Amino acid sequence: MLYREAGQFRATYAEDQQIFPLRQDRIGIAAVLVLAFVVIPLAGNQYWLSAILTPFLIFALAALGLNILTGYAGQLSLGTAAFMAVGAFATYNFVLRVPGIPILAAFALAGICAALVGIAFGLPSLRIKGFYLAVATLAAQFFVLWAIQRIGWITNYSASGVITAQNYSILGIPIETPVSKYVLTLSIVTVLALLAKNLARSETGRAFMAVRDMDVAASVIGIPLMRTKLLAFAISSFYCGVAGALYAYTYLGTVEPEAFNLDLSFRILFMIIIGGVGSVLGSFLGAAFIVLLPIVLNYVVPPISEATGIEISHAIISNLELMVFGGLIIFFLIVEPHGLARLWQIGKEKLRLWPFPH
Amino acid sequence: MKPSKYLAAGVALAAAVLAGGALAQAKEQFIPANGYWVGPYAPGGSGFFGGMLDYFQLLNERDGGINGVKLTWEKCETEYNNARGVECYERLKAKGSTGATVIHPLSTGITYSLLEKAPADKIPLISMGYGRTDAADGRVFPYVFPLITTYWSQNTAKIKFIGMREGGMDKLKGKKIVNLYHDSAYGKETIPVLDAQAKKYGFTVTHIPVPHPGNEQQSQWLQIRQIRPDWVILRGWGVMNPTAIKAAQRVGFPRNKMLGVWWSGAEEDVIPAGDAAKGYIAAGFNLPGTSFPVVQAIMKNVYGKGKGEMEDRSRIGSIYYTRGLVAGIVTAEAIRTAQEKYGKGKPITGEQMRWGIENLNIDEKRLKELGAVGLMQPLKVTCMDHEGGGAVKFLQWDGAKWNVITDWIASDQSIVRPMIEESAAKYAKEKGITPRDCK
Repeated sequence: MLYREAGQFRATYAEDQQIFPLRQDRIGIAAVLVLAFVVIPLAGNQYWLSAILTPFLIFALAALGLNILTGYAGQLSLGTAAFMAVGAFATYNFVLRVPGIPILAAFALAGICAALVGIAFGLPSLRIKGFYLAVATLAAQFFVLWAIQRIGWITNYSASGVITAQNYSILGIPIETPVSKYVLTLSIVTVLALLAKNLARSETGRAFMAVRDMDVAASVIGIPLMRTKLLAFAISSFYCGVAGALYAYTYLGTVEPEAFNLDLSFRILFMIIIGGVGSVLGSFLGAAFIVLLPIVLNYVVPPISEATGIEISHAIISNLELMVFGGLIIFFLIVEPHGLARLWQIGKEKLRLWPFPH
Repeated sequence: MKPSKYLAAGVALAAAVLAGGALAQAKEQFIPANGYWVGPYAPGGSGFFGGMLDYFQLLNERDGGINGVKLTWEKCETEYNNARGVECYERLKAKGSTGATVIHPLSTGITYSLLEKAPADKIPLISMGYGRTDAADGRVFPYVFPLITTYWSQNTAKIKFIGMREGGMDKLKGKKIVNLYHDSAYGKETIPVLDAQAKKYGFTVTHIPVPHPGNEQQSQWLQIRQIRPDWVILRGWGVMNPTAIKAAQRVGFPRNKMLGVWWSGAEEDVIPAGDAAKGYIAAGFNLPGTSFPVVQAIMKNVYGKGKGEMEDRSRIGSIYYTRGLVAGIVTAEAIRTAQEKYGKGKPITGEQMRWGIENLNIDEKRLKELGAVGLMQPLKVTCMDHEGGGAVKFLQWDGAKWNVITDWIASDQSIVRPMIEESAAKYAKEKGITPRDCK
């Protein structure tokens, strides 16, 4: 009843080609944006902003990057964390070596550096596919970290290979407080997410999907395979690179190369698998699931043990958290193998018919 | 809306939340226990926090807290993971009547992640025997305390120990030392200080990295066999340690020429290696054992009442456990010191705690009162020097227990201090920090 498109007529091409053609969707998105940009900074406390929401947004951006490559263009990658590392360390070097560079320019340049690295490691995708490609991107994961740890210049000859983000400001406003860091992260993520949403509907996005579904057929209908695949790697790595830069500059402040290990790559891959492969929304849902659920469980279990009077030792609570988390992952994958985004879509379709399903 | 508007509103809100919390309670001193009880590093985390919390419990049970202020704590699981460590920090930093008193991250990575957050919130960080070495320069890092010994200090003590074994520092000339390290920020930290000493004493040093987690070391030990070093310094962590000891046995390298850092020198590191570990030597800034009066007091007042942390009582007195005890003692003594300045019997804030740690002075007499003589070395912290001790003892594993084989060996601050100051100055320049004046 509420979610129905009846009566919404699109009279012009511009209206027909909007990102969100349904009025309800537009209202929903606007509400989410108002919530994220206005209500949360005003109402959220420091813990929520700096320990929960900022990392969630950053991981969502990284997942979005991987989703462009894996979900839309069909190229499996295990090098996400490496591209994030490139972004983080490139930003550090741009700020260090180019005096007075605006931080947003440094983020963008770092993203471009990550894109170049992504293109280099995307070259094997021209010849190999699927799991074999995943192994090739694994090389990126190890090589990039190796290079960062071995080449002293990258970390400005820090003995331990750790970098600390420099202080920075935008338009004279120093970005120091959790609120300002959150708003900066949110702005960048929002812009990039809208671009990704648009990309998926554009000619490029359609070419990605054609390559994903069958690359021989795609090349027969005139889609240049090399350009398309490398472009997918470049755009995906750009997103991951910016996410890595934000990880260092708005979240942790100090990063060691090992923070970007294979574990992180896997976590981001799990985010898109759980959230939904080939969906912008899925990247956000998956990141929320992986980042927030362990913390929620951490909060939920102790009161339960108190309420039921069963005394559970801390070690068991911690282990329980991992078990429940693993169980939920399996549960969701069985219930909906296409991820949380698909569940949402089914929900929307049901809503369209509700309350008269016939 | 302009960003500055959110900013002001957000800050005001955060301040209101903090102030609200401060009014709630009194007479309690809150200390977050952000550690790890699960995962591959759980033996270290559970032992360390077991020791620390048992000591706090002892103070509560026996003395009624510190001058009547009870110590309280809450555990938060970090899984040795930086992101979770930051989340735990943010979650617990405003708890208690005066907020978090002090943080023991027990992870070099988490220490790095909190290096800027904690000073901004005016909460001191104690990274006892880990973390960022150059934080020992208190002028640049007022809120960070790598207490007792840093990696660099300990490394010079190791070279001194090798010199003693070889019959004098001049005998080091022409010797070959291999530095087998965990390929991480932690592992790499001592490379420059070893290089500086190699130049000074004329030995050659080869740095061989072992990728994480370190359960595969065949090629590294093949390389060691080719080099035929006189000594191997093991800078490992977790599963890397027993693997290295077993690999040494396989290639026939004598274990009594292997020297471990203190994160390679706990029971958990040698017992899995079995007989291969006999004769293996490791550094330590705390000694194991249950004969110390403080451990006995814990057995009586804490475990006697069924309030102990350790489920496996045989681990009481192990290296990690007594390291936690040392952390507990240092924390409690710093609270006591701060109370003497800011009011006895009153809970102190993180800022006051910072002063307390910086003016900490645990001498032999105080150690005796605490029942911890021989457990740790005397400790005196100053504004300039956030390390305070610097000496280590060496322990040798005989197949069943650790035996102390040296007295406290002082580190060579003539090498370490200039390097610390140089590195800290570089950090200060990068971050635009004006170092404090310590006079």
